[in-house]
Amino acid sequence: MMADIDTAARPAIGGGFRLQWEPAQETHVLLYPEGIVRLSRSAAAILTRCDGQRTVANIVTELERAYCATGLSSDVCAFIRLALDHNWLKLCL
Amino acid sequence: MTEPSPARCPPPGPPLWLLLELTYRCPLHCVFCYNPTDFSNVGRELETGEWLRVLEEARALGSVQLGLSGGEPLVRDDLETIVAAAHRLGFYSNLITSGVGLTEPRLEALREAGLDHIQLSFQDSTRRMNDFLSSTRTFELKSRVAGLIKKYRYPMVLNVVLHRLNIDHVGDILEMAERMGAEYVELANTQYYGWAWRNRGQLLPSRAQLRRAEEVTARFRERVGSRMRIFFVVPDYFETRPKPCMNGLGRIFLGIAPDGVALPCQAARMLPGLTFPSVREASIRSIWYDSPAFNRYRGEDWMKEPCRSCPERGRDFGGCRCQAYLLTGDPANADPVCDLSPHHHLVTAAVARAEADVTGMPAAEPLVFRDHREPSVQE
Repeated sequence: MMADIDTAARPAIGGGFRLQWEPAQETHVLLYPEGIVRLSRSAAAILTRCDGQRTVANIVTELERAYCATGLSSDVCAFIRLALDHNWLKLCL
Repeated sequence: MTEPSPARCPPPGPPLWLLLELTYRCPLHCVFCYNPTDFSNVGRELETGEWLRVLEEARALGSVQLGLSGGEPLVRDDLETIVAAAHRLGFYSNLITSGVGLTEPRLEALREAGLDHIQLSFQDSTRRMNDFLSSTRTFELKSRVAGLIKKYRYPMVLNVVLHRLNIDHVGDILEMAERMGAEYVELANTQYYGWAWRNRGQLLPSRAQLRRAEEVTARFRERVGSRMRIFFVVPDYFETRPKPCMNGLGRIFLGIAPDGVALPCQAARMLPGLTFPSVREASIRSIWYDSPAFNRYRGEDWMKEPCRSCPERGRDFGGCRCQAYLLTGDPANADPVCDLSPHHHLVTAAVARAEADVTGMPAAEPLVFRDHREPSVQE
């Protein structure tokens, strides 16, 4: 269940889910059958990069560069784990 | 009764959830339908262009989840046009259907138009009961439609309305759902409005039936794990606290009836003393933010005791206005489902009557099938 995320895996938005920017709420949301999740800024920063092309390692590197930070890997992996558990994300290998 | 000043309520957020009830026409005649029993007196349906304007205006206000429902929305031959417009505007579109009329060419066209999701309703796991409850022969058709939904790679979401006549089949219903490859199953116990209110004596299950159904569901959940998500909506008559109906009227939900009347809940049309505005005469913005009908039950000023001083009023908003009205005659009363309500005995009495006959259908009251003519009766 809580197995470590393979940083070479390529996460993508899960089937039936859609990520989009909502101007009226000034927030990113995840939409799914009859439901909506409002995303925090950091959640959105991760999910918008989950395009099935970038690897988890790529995403961590990009975020560390974008936010001038280091050591984000464990936070990013924890969030990706959570998103996988909710089917918000799937892994493309 | 005085109108509370809207200025005293915090300003509402956007109508995130927009439900278009495109038509009240429906090939089925379900005994538990929540549509108004006088639906045949409702005025002319909106035209395509009018629905498209509703979509544009609501989306501009921040609506994002779109339900397309009815009646049976597939009766409208402009459904594909409406879906395409919704997709262009950025809605997440949910088609809520009985499946009747969902042929492969139409499903292909809807897919092409950008439809995101389909919720298919079943009345029961058996042909006999499905067809009896909907007063049609639709079971095999629905099974075919379920196959099509899979073929076009939609998540399979089944909705089954539960009541006394089918709740004992929950195990079979779940197995049927599993065979169809359902990802989500909603076991929605009947809510008593419209036709269901009329048939309440026939439809309310007994406590023992409910307990058995919950046990069967729990065992099934354990077996299938996260492969299939099952939502079991408990009938609120068996609760001691009311549901936070619509998350509070006028907070996130905006429904548009077939004739363009805007409603803060599908059933709200029955509420007395309110004139619900029509999208034919007013903009969505003015309806949502400024109309007295939408402001009437926002905030807490309208509440009476025991809600007014209740520490839980921010959680359940006093329950359901329609239920309060149906049972007590005053929509501002606490929802009598709440055991703090002085009218709670009305609910417990209805449950007690359901307990009294656990053998099947009470013979005294015939079931009334949803129909546009004078109610038809099946003995």
